[in-house]
Amino acid sequence: MSEEYSLEIVNPEKSFLSKDDVTEVVVPAFEGEIGILKDHISIISFLKPGIIKIFSKSGEDSYYVNDGIIEFKNNNLSILTSLILDLKDIDKEKILEIKKLAEEELSKSEISDQEKYLLDQKIEVLKSIN
Amino acid sequence: MASLDDLKKRISSVKSTQKITKAMKMVAAAKLRRAQESAEKGRPYSEKMNNIILNLSNGLSDTENAPKLLSGTGEDKVHLCVVMTSDRGLCGGFNTNIIKKAKIFFQKILDEGKTLKIITVGSKGYDQLKRVYGDNIIEKISFKDSKNVNYFDADKVGKIVIEKFEKKEFDVCTIFYNQFKNVITQIPQEQQIIPLNTSEKAENSSEDNYEFEPEEDEILSNLLPKNISTQIFKAMLENSASEQGSRMSAMDNATRNAGEMVDKLTIEYNRSRQAAITKELIEIISGAESL
Repeated sequence: MSEEYSLEIVNPEKSFLSKDDVTEVVVPAFEGEIGILKDHISIISFLKPGIIKIFSKSGEDSYYVNDGIIEFKNNNLSILTSLILDLKDIDKEKILEIKKLAEEELSKSEISDQEKYLLDQKIEVLKSIN
Repeated sequence: MASLDDLKKRISSVKSTQKITKAMKMVAAAKLRRAQESAEKGRPYSEKMNNIILNLSNGLSDTENAPKLLSGTGEDKVHLCVVMTSDRGLCGGFNTNIIKKAKIFFQKILDEGKTLKIITVGSKGYDQLKRVYGDNIIEKISFKDSKNVNYFDADKVGKIVIEKFEKKEFDVCTIFYNQFKNVITQIPQEQQIIPLNTSEKAENSSEDNYEFEPEEDEILSNLLPKNISTQIFKAMLENSASEQGSRMSAMDNATRNAGEMVDKLTIEYNRSRQAAITKELIEIISGAESL
């Protein structure tokens, strides 16, 4: 029995990645990381800033995402995100830039607890990449 | 009749105008291809987003407490209209068509005694609307500096709209833009984005039971603001493809008209040159005869 299912990652500009031989995807869901295997129950969730890990026959890939929504249904996983970066050829400067923006945002006083949590998370993850 | 020199000048001036319109047409054609491509590439995102939201809202059991962005404020008094136009001119009826559509809508709202608020995106729309609806325009946004349509610009507009909604500054939000059909046809569209129109059924919506993490309403309240930005982004993409298409056909027409004009002027020029020669000949002959 095959253990593979298909994955599609889209961002507003284009369809970022499409694969049909993934065996497991680990996504940073809002309430903790979720690993999705074949025949997972249909699920909708949204993501916090973090790393998406994709395991497939051809190896393992990691991507940084800023936010996103995932939908899994009939062995199709769709990930919608506004910003996604490949960790393999990542641009250090870009990471620093995003981090700086997040820190600026964090220093503002009128943000809600949830926003603060997300921003903290984002900075934490970005730190770990560098 | 104009003198030969005048005609010559006019011909060369029309010719150089033709050169400009021809170049503009070429540029528009190249840009159109890119704009069309990105409009096509951007479609899966907004479609998926729409689908998820429809699935979610259909599965929502407690419609009473649904997020306001979905169900609306329950009132219909203040309308916010986001009119999206281009920043540059010389693109045929592109801007005028959107404005025309928007004005009909504005009139309807005002006739019903409701309050109208306008946000213009793109400077051309502001120019055309400020005379009649100047007092209604609460914000004007222009992305003259950004080269390509990008999501972060759309997000900015989306955030402004949502902020105003949360401050209860309006009840219903409608966006106006041109949908790109092909180079010759662009269809002006009005689309209501707040409250969201969920009457259409989700594609392949089985009565699937989704697992939600976290709760449905929490996901929805997180997703809906994103959807606003996505819809605006989609409109911007369609708009930029339409703008280039419209400019391309407008410039094509202009080039052809200039060509016709050059032909006409050339004939006139040749005629008057011949007439001048004939006149001179007659003068010489009649001078010789009188001797």
